[in-house]
Amino acid sequence: MDELIVFLQRVIPDFIEGTKITLQLTVVALALGAAIGLPAALARVYGGKWLKKIAVAYIELFRGTPLLVQLFVIYYGLPDVGITLSRFGAAYLALGLNSGAYQAEYFRGAIQAIGSGQMMAARAIGMSQIKAIRYIIMPQALRLALPAWSNEAIAMVKYTAIVFLIAVPDLMTKAKLIAGRYFNPIPVYITVAIIYIILVAIATVIMRTVERKLETPGLELETERH
Amino acid sequence: MSKLPIVRIENLHKKYGDTEVLKGISLEVQEQEVVVIIGPSGTGKSTMLRCINLLTIPDEGRIWLEDQEITAPHTDVNKIRQRIGMVFQDFNLFNHLTALGNVTIGLTKVLGMNKKEAHEKGMWELERVGLADKADLYPAQLSGGQKQRVAIARALGMDPHVMLFDEPTSALDPELIGEVLTVMQKLAREGMTMLVVTHEMGFAREVSDRIIFMEHGVIVEQGPPDQLFYAPKHNRTREFLWKITELYGKDRDNAAPASG
Repeated sequence: MDELIVFLQRVIPDFIEGTKITLQLTVVALALGAAIGLPAALARVYGGKWLKKIAVAYIELFRGTPLLVQLFVIYYGLPDVGITLSRFGAAYLALGLNSGAYQAEYFRGAIQAIGSGQMMAARAIGMSQIKAIRYIIMPQALRLALPAWSNEAIAMVKYTAIVFLIAVPDLMTKAKLIAGRYFNPIPVYITVAIIYIILVAIATVIMRTVERKLETPGLELETERH
Repeated sequence: MSKLPIVRIENLHKKYGDTEVLKGISLEVQEQEVVVIIGPSGTGKSTMLRCINLLTIPDEGRIWLEDQEITAPHTDVNKIRQRIGMVFQDFNLFNHLTALGNVTIGLTKVLGMNKKEAHEKGMWELERVGLADKADLYPAQLSGGQKQRVAIARALGMDPHVMLFDEPTSALDPELIGEVLTVMQKLAREGMTMLVVTHEMGFAREVSDRIIFMEHGVIVEQGPPDQLFYAPKHNRTREFLWKITELYGKDRDNAAPASG
């Protein structure tokens, strides 16, 4: 037991470093995913024929292929066409594009769940379509999308582990290095698993708090009544 | 002397697929007139209302709002709709906004009023429909009747020149219909021009200046309430009025009995 504690003390700085990188990857990927996913969802719902097609093609491409393949194509493949990204750059881009495709579908579902009556009422008081989307549809759709989006946030904490395959020094990569260096894999991976669980628990608490804060009064009662 | 009608519809046609919903409607509505449109469901009453504020685009025919032809190409629909208030059967209140927020959002985001002005105007409109004390409640916390009154306040906030009501009480429990009709009656007394699609025959008789009976996409008959209720020209009008008053229970003895 003492041995284990001494061992953990020695490797804790590495774990902390790795955890920071994992968190950083998660946050950037989610933000990038939202920045891509929201316009993609809007294009899919409100866009003209071509915008719609482009959005669908993007979404299906990134939902239809393994994340690992996307990462490898971006990191190892893009240099062939003259685009060379750093390890971090490739990691952010792959995770962001992948998450964007899923987020686009969550947002689309939420937008379509807002009844057409809302848009009609907004247009009836003279709002342009863009204003109606901005002030009437989006505030409601984003609230509706939150539970699904929380899932995506939690999943992303764990998806980031894949970047270990292009040697980005995240939690997983650190774990692999430490396990190899000390020939002591089991405690190392168990520790890593525990760290991931803690990260996910924190993400869950944050998302629940946000959901509760943004709840529209009375709406929860109405869903119960139906 | 004849004044310029506030709404003029000429030979309006609308098709959905193979179904022709409107088959040549022509209609003029004068300022301060209250026109009630009745008829069996699926006869194009709502479609006609929606054509007036271009929520539905007519296939054929022309519509004027005051001196402007709104069916002309390159008209600014958003500007036109600001002059036309619309109240829907299922309220369509913005669920994420308070009662006051529902009224003020159009004032700030469409008319560009500042917050303070919008707040004052919003409270005044809620006062008009008797709901100033519910200003901070969200739609889900209001009864159906209150929701519809907020929806009316929201439409009034834009200072419309004409109000369209699309079966405003059809989604309400019977005991909540009265409060909405009272607000509408008050509006009519204040001189608002109104087109109302409804099955409320009591309202039609007491408040309207003219009743239009529509069926199968055409206007079958129109005239003052007394004429339609007591001396309809067409048998179909008589039958429909008899059936509807029987169905809705009110003033059955006063309606002309169906003959034949």
